[in-house]
Amino acid sequence: MAAVHGLLSHPQQNKMMASSDYPDWMTAEHKTGTTIMAVEFNGGVVIGADSRTTTGAYIANRVTDKLTPVTEKVFCCRSGSAAATQAIADVAKYQLNFLSIEMGEQPLVKTVANVFSIPLGGMCVRQPFAIGGSGSTYIYGHCDATFKGNMTKEECFSFVSNAVALAMARDGSSGGIIRLAAIDETGIERRVILGNELPTFYEG
Amino acid sequence: MAAVGGTLAQEHCGGFSFENCKRNAILEKMGAKLPTARKTGTTICGVVFKDGVILGADTRATEDTIVADKNCSKIHYIAPNIYCCGAGTAADTEYVTQLISSNIGLHSLSTGRQARIVTALRMLKQLLFRYQGYISAALVLGGVDLNGPTLHTVYPHGSTDKLPYVTMGSGSLAAMSLEEAKKLVRDAIAAGIFNDLGSGSNIDLCVITKEGTEYLRPYDVANEKGVRRGRYSYKRGTTG
Repeated sequence: MAAVHGLLSHPQQNKMMASSDYPDWMTAEHKTGTTIMAVEFNGGVVIGADSRTTTGAYIANRVTDKLTPVTEKVFCCRSGSAAATQAIADVAKYQLNFLSIEMGEQPLVKTVANVFSIPLGGMCVRQPFAIGGSGSTYIYGHCDATFKGNMTKEECFSFVSNAVALAMARDGSSGGIIRLAAIDETGIERRVILGNELPTFYEG
Repeated sequence: MAAVGGTLAQEHCGGFSFENCKRNAILEKMGAKLPTARKTGTTICGVVFKDGVILGADTRATEDTIVADKNCSKIHYIAPNIYCCGAGTAADTEYVTQLISSNIGLHSLSTGRQARIVTALRMLKQLLFRYQGYISAALVLGGVDLNGPTLHTVYPHGSTDKLPYVTMGSGSLAAMSLEEAKKLVRDAIAAGIFNDLGSGSNIDLCVITKEGTEYLRPYDVANEKGVRRGRYSYKRGTTG
């Protein structure tokens, strides 16, 4: 847990103390209290996420990359427990890599330009755009109001960055910078919006 | 709503609540021992510089409020080019790093190649994830391999971060010299030693570059014991 993360006790013997002896941020699991989203445009998708990883109230990583590749042209946005989502993404990546070697081609290339929302239960719904994570609850209305069909890639980029910035402003466990990526037939285009370049709105 | 002593208990509706303060004060007066705030810990850190990685750690091991070891070693060996700082339960960090070190050793013998940091990282995170956080080992894994100097953090639940240099300052870090980097790590650990009761004693450093590893133990003695200036014993014959 790096310099800032070496916070746990270091007893010489294996002597555990009651967990109530510690503030929660010492022992709590790492969560990506998160805002993630994805939109499809003609021929591809734009995905975006904030960059905050928290342990209780402590920000363990402020520049996390939650856009995780599972194959060359399929990405997932992670939200929830950092350890669990990393483990699942690693397993999926391994299986798909294995499959692509067996088939001799990239699997599911036709998945490009598709956006799926997969909540905890495993339900799978195809949607023109999807939002997720704790921050997403703050921007459902905004997304419904500003979403248009058949947007261009640039329009998608600004739709995603505006929505994620709004969620980051309202959700305490989302924040940091915005990471964006566009995936289409030609490949991946990654972008970063730094903290001082975030789109601003009414701030009271 | 329940009626208490003839008055209605007021429903709590947001904001701070101090309703237990009076009760706690009475309980304390009656002799109940309330839990006190306690902080225990370790200070470990790492930094990537131009040619390699420097890991740093303090040397205090605690058992509750007792300093069990004033000069324990928290920078663990994984491979000749990879080392690992450990915080958390001493036994867990010690054994987890020994296990990975052993597996990495066998792996590099069977492949005939130098071990990679990502291999050690993947082994660690899969092991820790399997144990769902019950192995309390929080690690800073660093080393130099064919991909150059890299630094990762591993959390007890099995999540990992690749530490980007920006977290540690700015782009100028990439051009930092060895001595500057050592000083930075020393200052970081010293801050932990002086401000955190759970960290203390000396500062260990481990400098890993392509050319080899230099384990500096101790790099710096943060709390030099003072020399007694005067003589405080009575002169011979005082009582005679």
